[in-house]
Order: sequence, then C-alpha cells, then structure tokens
Amino acid sequence: MTDSRGAVCGDGAFPSGTLAFAGLSDVSISEDIPVEGDISVPVGSQNVDDVFSTLDEPVKDTILRDLRAVGKKFIHVMYPKQSSALLRDWDLWGPLLLCVTLALMLQGGSADSKEDGGPQFAEVFVIIWFGSVIITLNSKLLGGTISFFQSLCVLGYCILPLTVAMVVCRLVLLGFTGTISFIIRLIVVTASFSWSVFASTAFLADSQPANRKALVVYPIFLFYFVIGWMVLTFSPSQ
Amino acid sequence: MSQPDRLQVPGGLLLWMNAWFSSVFFMSMFSAELEEAAELLSADPGASTLSLASSGPAGSTRVDLEDEDDFGQESSELLGGEKQTSGFWTFEYYQSFFNVDTVQVLDRIKGSVMPLPGRNFIRHHIRNNPDLYGPFWICATLVFSVAISGNLSTFLSEQGDPRYHYRPQFHKVSIAAVVVFLYAWLVPLAMWGFLTWRQGTERQTGGYSFLETVCVYGYSLFIYIPTSVLWIIPFEWLRWLLIVVAMVISGSVLVITFWPVVCDDTKAAAFTTVAIIMLLHALLAIGCKLYFFQTAVHAVPVIPTAAPNRTTATQQDH
Repeated sequence: MTDSRGAVCGDGAFPSGTLAFAGLSDVSISEDIPVEGDISVPVGSQNVDDVFSTLDEPVKDTILRDLRAVGKKFIHVMYPKQSSALLRDWDLWGPLLLCVTLALMLQGGSADSKEDGGPQFAEVFVIIWFGSVIITLNSKLLGGTISFFQSLCVLGYCILPLTVAMVVCRLVLLGFTGTISFIIRLIVVTASFSWSVFASTAFLADSQPANRKALVVYPIFLFYFVIGWMVLTFSPSQ
Repeated sequence: MSQPDRLQVPGGLLLWMNAWFSSVFFMSMFSAELEEAAELLSADPGASTLSLASSGPAGSTRVDLEDEDDFGQESSELLGGEKQTSGFWTFEYYQSFFNVDTVQVLDRIKGSVMPLPGRNFIRHHIRNNPDLYGPFWICATLVFSVAISGNLSTFLSEQGDPRYHYRPQFHKVSIAAVVVFLYAWLVPLAMWGFLTWRQGTERQTGGYSFLETVCVYGYSLFIYIPTSVLWIIPFEWLRWLLIVVAMVISGSVLVITFWPVVCDDTKAAAFTTVAIIMLLHALLAIGCKLYFFQTAVHAVPVIPTAAPNRTTATQQDH
C-alpha cells in the first residue's frame, strides 16, 4: 500500500521510518501489534526517600545531611559562579541561621541606651525578612521568572559575607579603639557589602528581562546597604 | 521606657504596611473611576502625541489622525482591558503597574528634577503609563537616606563633646518610614479625591487618575534624597538654602502638573489648592529637617550660662 506521497510503505503494519508521519493517515494496520516491555516512571530522589524514610535513620544523619546542604550553599555564596545549586535546591535554613546570628551579634551594644540604641532583635528580623519579601515581590512584578522561595533563599544566603564582617567587627572592637578601628571596620564592611551585592546579582540577574536589570539590582543594593549600615554603626556599650 | 521602644518599630512598620494595603484597597474600591479616567485620558494623549509626531501636510495629517485614533482606541481598549479583565486579586493586575524599563524610570526622575514650565509631568513623562516602582523605591530610599544622614549629622555636630557616646538612633528609621509613606499615599489620595469632586460631571479635560497622582508625588520626592545627603554639611544657612531650592524645584513640578486641571475652577479655589500643595510639601521638608537634623544647640551644657551668673554674683559680692 502506498501513502499519499506515493512512496511505498512496508508490507505488514509498520510504515517506513522516514515517512512515518507523512503517511500515517493512510496507513491501516491489519494486525494487532502486541506491545511489550515495561513502562516505568524515572525514580526521583523523593521516591528513594519514600522507600528509605528518614524515620529509619538516626537523627544525627538527618541533621548532618541538612547541615551539609547548608554548608555547600555557603561555599557557593563565598565563591559565586554560575552554578544553579543555590536555585535548584532552595532551603530557608541557611537564611534563618544567618539572620538569627546577625541579630544576636547586633545585641549587647549600647545596652545602657534608653532610646537611641541600635536595632533591636525584632527590628533586624523584620528588616531582613520583610526586605527580602519586598525585593522578591518587586522582581516578580517586574517580570522576573524566578520563584518566590528561590529568591528568598538567594537573598538570605548572600547575607553571609555581612555576618562574617560582623564577627570581624566585633573582634576589631575588642582589640582597637578610635579612628583606626573605624577605618578597619569601614573597609571590612564595604568589602563584604559589595561581595553580597555581587553574589546575589550573579545568582538573580539571569532571571530578569534584559532592560530591567538595573531596576531589580537597585533594591538589592539598598537592602545590603542598610544591613551593612547596621553592622558598621554597631558600637559596644562602655 | 524600654517597653515602648520594643513596640515602636513593629508598630511603625505595621503602620506603613497598613498604609500600603489600605491604599490598595482604595484603589480597588475606586477602580470604576480609574477605568473611566484611564480610558478618557488614553483618548487624549493620542491627540497630543500626534501633534508632536506628525509634520506632514494637512491631508496626510488627517489620515494619520484617523489611523492614530483607531490605534489609540485599540491601545486604550487594550490598556483599559488589561485593567478591567484581571481583578485586583490577581497578580497580573499589580504587574500592570510595574510595566516600566530602566530607561523610562531614569527619564521620569530626570523630568522631576528639571521642571520646565511647558512640560506637564504627567502628560510628558508618564504618558498614560503610571508605575508604582518609582514612588515606592524613591520613598524607601528617602526614608533610609533621611535617617542615616540625620544620624551622621548628629554624630558630626556632637563629636567635640567628650561626654557624647555615638548612638545609631535606629528608631528614627521607623518614624521616617511612617511619615514619608503616609505623605506619599494619603496626600495624593486627598488631592485626587478633591480634584475628582471639583471636576464633577465634566471630565473632558480630565483629571488625573489616582495612580498618576501617586506617581507625580512619588517622583517629586526624589529631589529630597540628594538634599538630605547634603544636609550633613553642618552649616545652617546652607541647610535652609538647600530646603528652599528643593522646595522650589519639587513644588514647581507639582504646580505645573496640577495647574491645568485646577485653573478651570474659580480663582479662589485654584489658588487655595496650589497654596495647600506647596504648604504640605514645605511642611514635609521642614519637619524632616527639624526632627532628624537637630543642631547641637541643646547639647551645649549649662556651664557657660552658670558661669556668667557666678561671675556676676562674685562681682556683686565684691
């Protein structure tokens, strides 16, 4: 039998491979073709977990697995390159850890102040989380393709350089005083702030439309600038 | 004293989040007026852009008019359709307010800093595409620039005092946030409501929609950002000069924008409206300066005033 193009189909039921689509409408299958084989859905990691549930393993393993994932993401932030690990397996443990650490370290300064003190614990929390949410909403409203929690994850993890700067600042304040300590702290905070902005831009820039990149990067700049300001102006109580 | 402190920032932030959400609520409530105003306005710029673009002979201009009108009608329907078909609970409704590019935002900022008497900010720069990106982020930047500059100026002015211990004064951020965001949302709401009420049934030389009013006010606040940074310089005359310059520039943007709408009204109402616009703007600037950039007058200790008393007393004794 021939198909509409005039080429000869194979005898029996199977049309010739190269003209399969062209001639299918005219081909009538004379026999029932037994279909053999297995149809199996590719097993993702969740299925593996279902088979091996975390209830069966010691708690230490569960915790260490999450900690290792968080640690791997820390390394990705410190050496930002075009990897998608931060985006693909997002988690909010790292940002929470960094936020709590930063907020705790910003306490204990000017403790004798009645009004004019540094940021309270709640203020740091609110600024970091509300700031991240607003920046994520902003980038989504401008047409970004990144998902909500992925963006929260990236912005939270990129606070890591500023947390490191906070640790360094507290150490500097123990050792030095006066103008020297201020200059050292200024250099450290400026370097870590630009590192944060650079790292988060490296992860987030690709998902934005090309003519709106600056509109998305500016709020991130403002966000890390405010956090850097909080780190820099931390003054210990006398 | 510490208890109210802990409630201050969450309270302040709740207040301005409330202002944000309540303004969204108002926008949805007045969405009918918005659509009408948007469609009427979109009919206009079709003609205005035409007068700039077409330079051919009368015959082709007329043909262009019809074509442009059709296109204008189509685009206005599209624009109106965008705002009509998606309700305020969908994400696309809000995405239509962020439909700007970097170049457009920069152009609008430039237009707010350099007001020219002929150029209406709304007609010339916004052109029926109001955005919420500019007003929101300009207000946020202004909040932090005023708070940080105020902190820096206090630090610089009190540096000579040995008893002065640097304090970050973080609670001022929450106060600045409440003040700036309330101004940027409530005053345009009041202005838009007042203008719509005065317009009454005649909306041909249309009033502006609520979003365009918010846009104008938001972009007009941009000049205060470099002004607040320059306020760190500790000279009083310079600060007052900067206030005057900023108020003139920013106020003239508002007046040039609102004058064509208001001048149809009675003379008294027109002048009163313009005067109130300038007054509120001036109050914001002066209030910010007085609260955040307090000069060190109070910090001068009582010793100099006590010393002359003592010396005069001793002189009197002797």
